[in-house]
Amino acid sequence: MERKEWPLWEVFIRNRNGLDHKHCGSVHAPDARLALQAARDVYTRRQEGVSIWVVQADHIVASDPDAKPEMFDPAEDKIYRHPTFYKLPDDVDHM
Amino acid sequence: MSSPHFQYTLRLADNALILGQRLSEWCGHAPVLEEDLALANMALDLIGQARLLYARAGHLEAAGRDEDQLAFLRPESEYRNVTLVELPNGDFGRTVVRNFLFSAFQLELWQALMTSQDLELAAIAEKSLKESRYHLRHNADWVVRLGDGTEESHARTQAALDYLWPYTAELFTPDPIDNEVEAAGITVAWSSLEAAWEEAVTPTLQQATLAVPARTAFRSQGKLGRHSEHMGYLLADLQYLQRAYPGAQW
Repeated sequence: MERKEWPLWEVFIRNRNGLDHKHCGSVHAPDARLALQAARDVYTRRQEGVSIWVVQADHIVASDPDAKPEMFDPAEDKIYRHPTFYKLPDDVDHM
Repeated sequence: MSSPHFQYTLRLADNALILGQRLSEWCGHAPVLEEDLALANMALDLIGQARLLYARAGHLEAAGRDEDQLAFLRPESEYRNVTLVELPNGDFGRTVVRNFLFSAFQLELWQALMTSQDLELAAIAEKSLKESRYHLRHNADWVVRLGDGTEESHARTQAALDYLWPYTAELFTPDPIDNEVEAAGITVAWSSLEAAWEEAVTPTLQQATLAVPARTAFRSQGKLGRHSEHMGYLLADLQYLQRAYPGAQW
């Protein structure tokens, strides 16, 4: 028998004091409306949040873990990209 | 001798406790993890409502019974919940249809009770209203998806509605306790909520392509203490621990 699984949805929650939605897990649900309710029931039982985003996992485009060397390693030795690299004149008090 | 005010409050509490008990039976058995938690959450909301209502009822009775004694140590005929909430869960479709029909009733009830002269009841209503609003939304969404779903889900949901619908008549059957509480100005009689309830449930049932059964002469009488054959088994589960180990706490 063919077994149809519900799509997977990634869940992002913003807590009471937070400004950003943080990824906290995933749920299976047949559609967006029920995904939001499932996320509420699974992930906000202990007052974890005041706002929820769900997005169908298929719709997330992710970087390839195997491409990590060429994607991220080149940034390693570019310390001049950090503001702390630059020495400020003494006249500039607080930056 | 117990006052209508006490009896009325007891009915509210018993409704919540017994449906909470039924829904907790799903814990670990629901079709998917997400619904397992949704049903357990709803059960806990209802048991929380029951606790507050029992505490209020115990105070009104003024016979020294606390919420545990009222919840666990009465004989079957003293439970005043409507028969609707004690019926077995059946399949997921029937569970969802009952939750939908009952939470729509609770929503109307809490709205009316918020202006009750009994300020404690009004406060409980205000808190419970938010819970019931979510229960209604979640279960209404499921009724639509199952009713307007596959051939099998439609057939099962229609069968659930046909099975449960006759028991909803009891919610609105006038009786002396309801009337006395309303006459005393304490709060509304359940019978006055029927039109609003029907107006609330009909659009969802239509959207779910379900046929609303016609009313018949059948009237269940759980709220008078005359329960179905299922109630004793439910109470055996519910009361076992307090009967076997009186006063047990954990």
